[in-house]
Amino acid sequence: MATVSTKEIKNRIRSMESTKQITRAMEMVASSKLRHAQTKVSEARPYFEILLQTIRDIVSTGNGDDSAYLIPRQVKRTAFVVIAGDRGLAGGYNSNLLKCAMEQMKGKDAIVLPIGKKAADFFRTRTIPVLTEEDNMAAEVSVGDCFSIAKQLCNAYLREEIDEIIVIYTDFVSVLSQVPKTLRLLPFEAEADAAGKAEIEYESGCDAVLQAIIPEYLGGVLYGALCESRAAEQAARRTAMNAATQNAEEMIADLSLKFNQARQAAITQEITEIVAGS
Amino acid sequence: MKAFPLKIVTPDGIRFDGMAEELIVRATTGDMGFLAGHTNCVAPLGMGRATIVVDGERRYGACIGGMVSVMNGNVTLVPTTFEWAQDIDVARAEASKERAQAVLDNKNASETDILLAKAKLRRALVRTAVAKTK
Repeated sequence: MATVSTKEIKNRIRSMESTKQITRAMEMVASSKLRHAQTKVSEARPYFEILLQTIRDIVSTGNGDDSAYLIPRQVKRTAFVVIAGDRGLAGGYNSNLLKCAMEQMKGKDAIVLPIGKKAADFFRTRTIPVLTEEDNMAAEVSVGDCFSIAKQLCNAYLREEIDEIIVIYTDFVSVLSQVPKTLRLLPFEAEADAAGKAEIEYESGCDAVLQAIIPEYLGGVLYGALCESRAAEQAARRTAMNAATQNAEEMIADLSLKFNQARQAAITQEITEIVAGS
Repeated sequence: MKAFPLKIVTPDGIRFDGMAEELIVRATTGDMGFLAGHTNCVAPLGMGRATIVVDGERRYGACIGGMVSVMNGNVTLVPTTFEWAQDIDVARAEASKERAQAVLDNKNASETDILLAKAKLRRALVRTAVAKTK
């Protein structure tokens, strides 16, 4: 039996062991980050929902019809806010999201505001116009940054440089399931409310209120989407690393078996040689 | 005194959810007060002290940005940041005040830097002022 040298197998087992250690460590890190991100998501969700509800209330009363934010206009240029991760090794997290983004952009005059290094690199290599010069790292964007990004987008919208704003992020459904999602921020979709117009008093005028609140709302939504994406990224990474660790374990078991077989074969051969020689 | 349901929600979580008797906030046009039975209303907020009366006890908070809305008797305060007076980190606010002041004193600072510093200074001033009223 032509045996593989035991030394070779031993080396492979050793390298596999160290890979396993790395993936296990990454899994642990992702788990602890995931826990942190999950609390952030649960904290941000009520804010996000209430903000949306309030804006819906205003819009459905039909009081803001003449606001520049609500008048539908022909869409010439669409701004996409694409939230991906900064790093790979997170299973299909980045590629699923970017695939979804590319599908959305098909046939549209798109300009992108990438958040996360992976998204920025992706659009740069495809020469799709990007709004920002420097990279926004997904892990470093704060609430304040979200609000200033929102303000920039709103200003561009009012100047009619862009006619539509869409955010693409990953929804953190559960630890095991993360789905890329798209959400249109502007123009705001007014839902016709059957309840009719309620009387609302607007301090300093309806238009001024919307003018102040819409950027706020955008910032809130962006922050919410970012929190979801971060949690989703960590969850995806944890799952991927868990699978990698298991694969490594399987391969080690397999190689150990081969190693033992090879050793046994060597011993048997030696004995046969001795017996034959005597 | 008659109470009304009040919710204070920030991006960092819910700060208050319960019945309150009175709410005073700094809107962009000046202070606004809310009592039970207020008409439906929406107003953008400025930066300033918010006063909330719960069971006859006054509580103060630093309330920055966002909006307040009254819908069918429910009052919702949705600020960008909200801190109760006792939760304010005075040392941090003071440090941020000094940093902003340094930028404003610097004659070579760019226009955006000055705008940012002014906003930071105002926030820090609100925080320190609110922290002192507790």
